[in-house]
Amino acid sequence: MSEVVKVFGGTALSEKDISSGKIFLTKDSLDCAYAWDTGVAINRYLAELKKGNIIATRCRKCKRIVLPPRLFCELCFIPVNDWVYVHDSGVINTFSICHVHWDASRVKAGEDPHLPAVIEIDGASPGMGIMHLLGEVKPAKIKIGMKVKAVWRPEAERTGSITDIKYFKPI
Amino acid sequence: MRKVAIVGAGMTKFVRRALETPKELSFQATKTTLDSCGLTLDDVDCVAHGTAPDAFDGLHQNGEYMVDGCGGWNKPTMRVYVGGGTGIHAIAHGWHHVASGLFDTCLVVCEEKMSSAMPHAQAFFLTIFDSITERALEPNLLWIFALEMNRYMERYGYSKEDMALVAVNNKLNGLKHPASQFTDQVTVEDVVNSEMMAYPVSRLDVSPVSDGAAAVLLASERVARRLTDKPVWIEGVGWSLDTAYWATRDLYYPRYTDTAARMAYEMAGIREPAKQINIAEPYDPFDYKALHHMEGLQLSPRGKTVELLRDGHFDRDGNLPMCPSGGLLGVGNPIAAAGTMKVCELFWQLRGEADERQVPGNPQLGVAQSWGDLMQVSSVVVVGI
Repeated sequence: MSEVVKVFGGTALSEKDISSGKIFLTKDSLDCAYAWDTGVAINRYLAELKKGNIIATRCRKCKRIVLPPRLFCELCFIPVNDWVYVHDSGVINTFSICHVHWDASRVKAGEDPHLPAVIEIDGASPGMGIMHLLGEVKPAKIKIGMKVKAVWRPEAERTGSITDIKYFKPI
Repeated sequence: MRKVAIVGAGMTKFVRRALETPKELSFQATKTTLDSCGLTLDDVDCVAHGTAPDAFDGLHQNGEYMVDGCGGWNKPTMRVYVGGGTGIHAIAHGWHHVASGLFDTCLVVCEEKMSSAMPHAQAFFLTIFDSITERALEPNLLWIFALEMNRYMERYGYSKEDMALVAVNNKLNGLKHPASQFTDQVTVEDVVNSEMMAYPVSRLDVSPVSDGAAAVLLASERVARRLTDKPVWIEGVGWSLDTAYWATRDLYYPRYTDTAARMAYEMAGIREPAKQINIAEPYDPFDYKALHHMEGLQLSPRGKTVELLRDGHFDRDGNLPMCPSGGLLGVGNPIAAAGTMKVCELFWQLRGEADERQVPGNPQLGVAQSWGDLMQVSSVVVVGI
């Protein structure tokens, strides 16, 4: 290492150091609550999801039809006000079979793994994907390039959320 | 712009859980750095420091808390924060301070303590996803890596065994690093057969959760030449942020790394990076990511990287050694500090002080890169002797 640097700080602790009470800990739990306004563009996106539609925006300059819809085009940097319905079907761009929950706890035996995917939505510009989940498919059968279609929650159960689409299933 | 050199470097051990607080870890890395070049805090004009999510520590505005540990007391001090990209972003930031002529010396200190977050630091990454269109799906950080890794492998026909080879090589290099948190060598079979977390990501494809800090001291040419006869010059810096609409860009290629690297190479006057660069330290929180970044850094042709890897091109004694430090997979991954550790490594390598890890053939030019946020930022630094 450096001619002068011979010693490295940092003291590794083991589980035993902690469980035996050798190390003092202080604990706290933060309970943060938020209510997010959905914004101009996403508000309409969610309202349409509640009706069973996927709506996108089109930029008059670059002509891209983008999802999720937005109030401005981040490439051309101009306002966008042209709304277009797209299909509720698409193609799997990539996917994962996830055995870990968001807090790093493990999916238990017998429980289904999470099946996240990037789905390029039909009718939007090429490559325009959204993150969502896959369902009604054996994990081993999922392939990149597979065609999928949205499975919607019954109308009465929809709340104006991305989860109004339960998941996408292969067609 | 004035020439800027790195004149000192230091770090703590990277460990799963450190007794020291973030402030104490910062002090240890900072003091070692000052000692390495025979300076005291009085010789430091300003401080650029970095630490990634405040959520890990549960301390809002963690940068202000850290200031005493990184020598920033009563000095012009600024924190930068771009997630995993922070460790090298902070170098670019410090470079500005000195290159502009405003200061003659700048301490760059990056620290991360991930072990405080309960039950696991991973949970806190939930909050990087879009609060309305993504978080309702209860995503976890592994998803985006798994989605990217799958897309990358599918695009070029790479296998899990190919990716595992990076983990094996980096962990082997890391065993020679005195600050590494690992003691065991692994094989390709170990990696492929380790717990499947999020296909195609297995447990050993991933770098660990770590606590640690790393620092360097930057100096103007006038000061650097007085301090050492082996200054390591910062030849170029670059950084770039791609769109946060991550699902709308094809994940097989890291465009953000491409843009950042081209900026740094242009500043350094490098026209053929794959031929001119002698050592590469691409960011490797996951094994595939090192290869992905080598392509973005223009150090390997797209789709040919596994071929070069298997030919030994990226070995310590190969044409272009990759992660001779051991990288995040081999030393550890205290997020912000991991990128700075890579710059420390280049400093030691170019001065011929890397002991057992020394790359043969008197390397003259190295590149280090870090990456973070929502898979969208890259920071690149080119250094030379």
